[in-house]
Amino acid sequence: MNNILAIANKELRGYFASPIAYIVIGLFALAYGYFFYALVLYFERTTMQMAGMGAGASANVNEQLISPAFQNTMVVFLFILPMVTMRTYAEEKRSGTIELLLTAPLTDFQIIMGKFLGAMALFASMLAVTLIHIGILFAIGNPEPLPILTSYIGMLLMGGCFIAVGLLISSMTRNQIVAGMVTFIVFLMLWVIDWIALFVNPTASAVLNYLSFTQHLSDFMRGVIDTKHVVYYLSFIAFGLFLTARSVDTERWRG
Amino acid sequence: MIEVQHLTKRYGPFTAVDDVSFKVERGEILGFLGPNGAGKTTTMRVLTGYMPPTDGKALVAGYDVTEQPLEAKRRTGYLPETPPLYPEMTVSEYLMFCSRIKGVPRGDRKARVANAMERTRVADMAKRPCGQLSKGYRQRVGLAQALLHNPDVLILDEPTAGLDPKQILETRRLIKELGGDHTIILSTHILPEVSQTCQRVVIINKGRVVAVDTPDNLTAKLRGSEAMYVEIDASGGNAQPVLASLSGVTQVSETSTRAGQVAFEVQSAQGRDVRRDIAAAIVRQGWGLLELRPMRMSLEEIFLSLTTEDVAGAPAEGGHE
Repeated sequence: MNNILAIANKELRGYFASPIAYIVIGLFALAYGYFFYALVLYFERTTMQMAGMGAGASANVNEQLISPAFQNTMVVFLFILPMVTMRTYAEEKRSGTIELLLTAPLTDFQIIMGKFLGAMALFASMLAVTLIHIGILFAIGNPEPLPILTSYIGMLLMGGCFIAVGLLISSMTRNQIVAGMVTFIVFLMLWVIDWIALFVNPTASAVLNYLSFTQHLSDFMRGVIDTKHVVYYLSFIAFGLFLTARSVDTERWRG
Repeated sequence: MIEVQHLTKRYGPFTAVDDVSFKVERGEILGFLGPNGAGKTTTMRVLTGYMPPTDGKALVAGYDVTEQPLEAKRRTGYLPETPPLYPEMTVSEYLMFCSRIKGVPRGDRKARVANAMERTRVADMAKRPCGQLSKGYRQRVGLAQALLHNPDVLILDEPTAGLDPKQILETRRLIKELGGDHTIILSTHILPEVSQTCQRVVIINKGRVVAVDTPDNLTAKLRGSEAMYVEIDASGGNAQPVLASLSGVTQVSETSTRAGQVAFEVQSAQGRDVRRDIAAAIVRQGWGLLELRPMRMSLEEIFLSLTTEDVAGAPAEGGHE
């Protein structure tokens, strides 16, 4: 465990010592701020309209503001996380520091988990930016806390999947740009893979829906933690990290 | 301390290391000599557990590097060809990180880092990011990293590459100092370096061991100090004292005996050609002179082929080293 934390700590410091962490967090805050502002404007109009109809109903903050805002958050991460994961292995291989890690008394698992946790910590600190906006909503309004909590759990799990895939792809090349591009396209495909689900046969449709990242997130957004989705995300992460371990091992044999 | 048995490493159809075997005793400094692409780095990478061998095995401090990698790695310090530094970390941060992953207990880390920095003379750069160091300092920080956990075995891949002459001397002195407590393998393609620091040399070319000897014997042979291969049909007589008594002959050692035919390696003072005397002495004894040839040529040729390939083979070395 100490070894895992040593690597995670090193990874995290690597992000913050280089401009990467500041750029990704800054850009994320900017993009998210804009999305949130736009959604607040929409929400405001909806509330006005509903009040105008005099139905006595009011718009739901959770469903009509927070949930869409979180959906957009994940879209922003779709673009940003490849920039976080692309260097993890590629850079170490290019600069030769991978020799330090692979000849130290560490297991491959410890190195991979360390890198995974390091990237997760950066991801979590980006996600923490959104707490500011949620805090404001709590200050001036009255949102339901439970769906917000489960949404964060869902987003962390989904981000974990992104990072596991990103690590795998980074471990297969020594070129960061290649790693970043491939990771982005893979994320995008996993994001939209269910779009054709309506037009294929039922079995294929079920498979596509199951594979899609987004399908599994919606329950979390509604405040429901369904084991099925937790299992999907966790097994996705585990499989990604397992393949990363295989990839690192293959690289060893090939030299 | 280190034992390499029939080690072979192939990259696809290319054989980088071919059936290499050697042993290094505790406290010994072994030089690994050969041109670029000879398989030095590959052998070292197998010994450090960076990559598994295709065939054969390697034992470090009694542990098989493929079967008990963690135990072997805990006892090995490794300086790769390019020092594995993280450019954004300062020297002391970097060494603290290294000592942590090498399993140095928390309480000892500061002292071990300070000690390693002092021994490699990098303490004045402790607060400098590794990315801003000169080549000489990078190399020495890399060496400091290898010493941190006080390993039994040190594996140094071209430890003096890129240093200036003063630093080279300092580094060689440091390596010699370390030699008593640590078992060291260092690779180089500089012959004098080997003669100054190492007790024994393995010359490797095209993945094969071509010579194992002490640097003195090796340089003597390479310098062309006159070594002669003499094969005699002595038919009962003892030829060794006869040869040894010749003027100019410094050493006679028997290399093989087969059905009355005895082969000797006769060494003589430099610049003295004793071939005529040897031939005459043997004839005088009534023995048959079966073969008489200078031995230096073969080793000289080996080394010549090594050094000429150093130039010719350089562009082809590719990604394997």
